[in-house]
Amino acid sequence: MSEVEIKTALDSADAKAPPPKVNKWDEAMLELKKAPWSAKFGFLVIALYVFAAFFAPLLTPFGESEIVGDSFLPWNETNILGTDNLGRDMLTRLLYGARNTVGIAFVTTCFAFLIGGVAGMLAAILGGWTDQVLSRIVDILMAIPQLIFALLLLTIFGTSIPVLIVIIAILDSTRVFRLARAVSHNVVVTDFVESARLRGESMGWISIREVLPNIMPPLVAEFGLRFCFVFLLISGLSFLGLGLQPPTADWGSMVRDNATLITYGDITPLLPAGAIALLTVGVNFVVDWFLHKTSGLRDGQ
Amino acid sequence: MDNKPESKHLLEMRGLRIEGQSGEEWLEIVKGIDLTLDRGQMLGLIGESGAGKSTIGLAAMGFARPGCRFSGGEILFDGVDLRELRRKDRRSLRGVRIAYVAQSAAASFNPAHRLIDQFSEIPVEHGISSKSEAEADAIDLFTRLKMPFPDVIGFRYPHQVSGGQLQRAMTAMALSCRPDLIIFDEPTTALDVTTQIEVLVTIRDVVKQFNTAAIYITHDLAVVAQMSDKIIVLRYGEKVEEAETRVMLSDPKQDYTKSLWAVRSFTKSSKPPEHEQVPLMRVEHVTAAYGKDVILKDISFDIHRGQTVAVVGESGSGKSTTARVITGLLPPLQGSVFFDGVPLPADYRKRSKDQLRQAQMIYQMADTAVNPRHKIRDIIGRPLSFYLGLGGAKLEQRIRELLDMIELDPDVFIDRYPGELSGGQKQRVCIARALAAEPKFIICDEVTSALDQLVAEGILKLLDRLQQEFNLAYMFITHDLATVRAIADRVVVMLQGEIVEQGSKDTVFSPPHHEYTNLLLSSVPEMDPDWLDNMLKSKVDSPDIVRSSDIIR
Repeated sequence: MSEVEIKTALDSADAKAPPPKVNKWDEAMLELKKAPWSAKFGFLVIALYVFAAFFAPLLTPFGESEIVGDSFLPWNETNILGTDNLGRDMLTRLLYGARNTVGIAFVTTCFAFLIGGVAGMLAAILGGWTDQVLSRIVDILMAIPQLIFALLLLTIFGTSIPVLIVIIAILDSTRVFRLARAVSHNVVVTDFVESARLRGESMGWISIREVLPNIMPPLVAEFGLRFCFVFLLISGLSFLGLGLQPPTADWGSMVRDNATLITYGDITPLLPAGAIALLTVGVNFVVDWFLHKTSGLRDGQ
Repeated sequence: MDNKPESKHLLEMRGLRIEGQSGEEWLEIVKGIDLTLDRGQMLGLIGESGAGKSTIGLAAMGFARPGCRFSGGEILFDGVDLRELRRKDRRSLRGVRIAYVAQSAAASFNPAHRLIDQFSEIPVEHGISSKSEAEADAIDLFTRLKMPFPDVIGFRYPHQVSGGQLQRAMTAMALSCRPDLIIFDEPTTALDVTTQIEVLVTIRDVVKQFNTAAIYITHDLAVVAQMSDKIIVLRYGEKVEEAETRVMLSDPKQDYTKSLWAVRSFTKSSKPPEHEQVPLMRVEHVTAAYGKDVILKDISFDIHRGQTVAVVGESGSGKSTTARVITGLLPPLQGSVFFDGVPLPADYRKRSKDQLRQAQMIYQMADTAVNPRHKIRDIIGRPLSFYLGLGGAKLEQRIRELLDMIELDPDVFIDRYPGELSGGQKQRVCIARALAAEPKFIICDEVTSALDQLVAEGILKLLDRLQQEFNLAYMFITHDLATVRAIADRVVVMLQGEIVEQGSKDTVFSPPHHEYTNLLLSSVPEMDPDWLDNMLKSKVDSPDIVRSSDIIR
């Protein structure tokens, strides 16, 4: 057997041609096309809500808290969904509600992930005392039922939008912390993180460049779920009168204010509740699909 | 065990074709394989990863992995086509008449149940025996498989027994229903040489005792030479060659088969030992521990410029811990590490950037050693920009030079992710990353043990070439003595955290040996099909040593 033959055998063993590269955007579009109907429906719902949130002032001739007629008007041509207990246009308030509730829930979830994600990664990478202290703080926060704790804090600090965002973000970040810490742990023990440490890399590089990209899929999926929970919590708080304050339009308080109509067989108060339910379902469809995709990818590797 | 008329062959595959899904399309991964197997026969399937060995092994059970499907041919087991059986009937065959022993016993056992409970699950499930009968049978089989304390070992959990014992328990489990056919899928690949021997002997005896047919899948030629009656060499899902073991070994026909045979013959040009005043790396009286467990006991050795020092021993002997002490991941209790005559701080966090740069590391599992979310450009480029401050066009140029050096085409690979590379290519990228730091010393931790022989050969040759080009010193951690023979200048033999023997390769590998070195050397399978028999005969005189690994654990 000659040297040349061995060489060719070696080459063919080691040089499998990798698959051709595809543009990232095209790839994403292709994935979306292949997505099941449930995911497409979810995307459609989210797009609809985002559209309503952005263009609420253009979609309706009335102002958010403008009184346009008698209270509890039935559905008619000017007020398509009638009016509420103070005579404000119901459809207008629904559209603005998308802006307020969804917007605030989104910002709150982002904050929760910022706090929980960073703390979780730090706990996993540094370990030792940092991990102990952070984890025990989280345990304490989680030991008190979330809704009751939120009610308590809101009563102490008053109910303004910034306070609401901060309180819910902190309470929710505990769940994010647990997840981020757990998934980071799996990454922190890999050889590539060890190799980065031995290279002398800083904390920032290790967490942002080495760990973060590898824990993104579960975090993104969790983001969808957390968003729903935050959203429901805010609506619930508003329903109890401690969330968004009047006259800001909010789906939770809209249900409460118009609840009496149900006794008369009018379904109008159920519409904001339905809006909440639809968004929750939509987001969950998308999250399900995303989870399925990313876990499938992991199997392929 | 059943009264059906015996068909001509126990297992017969005719023109078997299997397709695997790759994205949207189906690619053929097994391309028309014929094989026959009779009772009492052992068939060896060898080939590189991706050759379709395991796929064929599973097909013998009528099983195609998720993402795979049968596209043609027949699988006749005892005269019945497995592909045409109903799902329920196929299920009743599996485990009962056809059994499977997987590569990693540790991953195949459920860690939450005792061994004996898992053993009796199949016979009880299939209504063959009662729980107590199955347990009695388990103890009988454990005794026959020469497991220590057969009466009680079954009542342990999987993590409480050693790897070799677990692999034997797995074999016992496969035998629980006295199957007609057993498929062994790389059963010893994850084991040390000394443990491997025990498992090999067990498997061979068992197949003889029960007159079972077996398929033995492996990429290790020397192992298959001991085990099988005939060998089929596979490549890219096709049969390259089929012959009786002795014929195949003495007279391979195809070039590819010859190339497989030739692999083991690589040895690097031996260098005269250099005698400089100050060794590049000196490990002096190092004792190290994890918590209270002392892993290293008073270790001392030197590594000189341009030399390769191989550290050998079985798993748990402290090889990798030595590497962790040198890199500073595990500060030692006593002793210190000198680089170029200067003591290194014990903790890597206290070492200077330059000290870190000088000693690089290449890992066993290339898959986890590179960040799957970084492009090759970033992986190799990071040490360049971090240590040497390169940027822009200079950085790009240097990355391309490094890719050329490791024989990967820069235009093709520079923007790929590790997931798009094969195992050997990934390991080459790891080498490039280590080289990028321009070190004087590289620790290679089992760098070839996860790779096929041909690919491993390429990596060893590359490392050898780079050593000559850059006068690098290597510390080569391995349990594979063939690798040691190929590349080492000096050898350090470790056992239970102590160095039992060290010296130049020629001194260590020529008699007189230390008792343990002797055991290690004699445990490495050779291509001679009679090797295992001869080895067993010689071992009769000193049975204690054969079982040493059991005693150790």
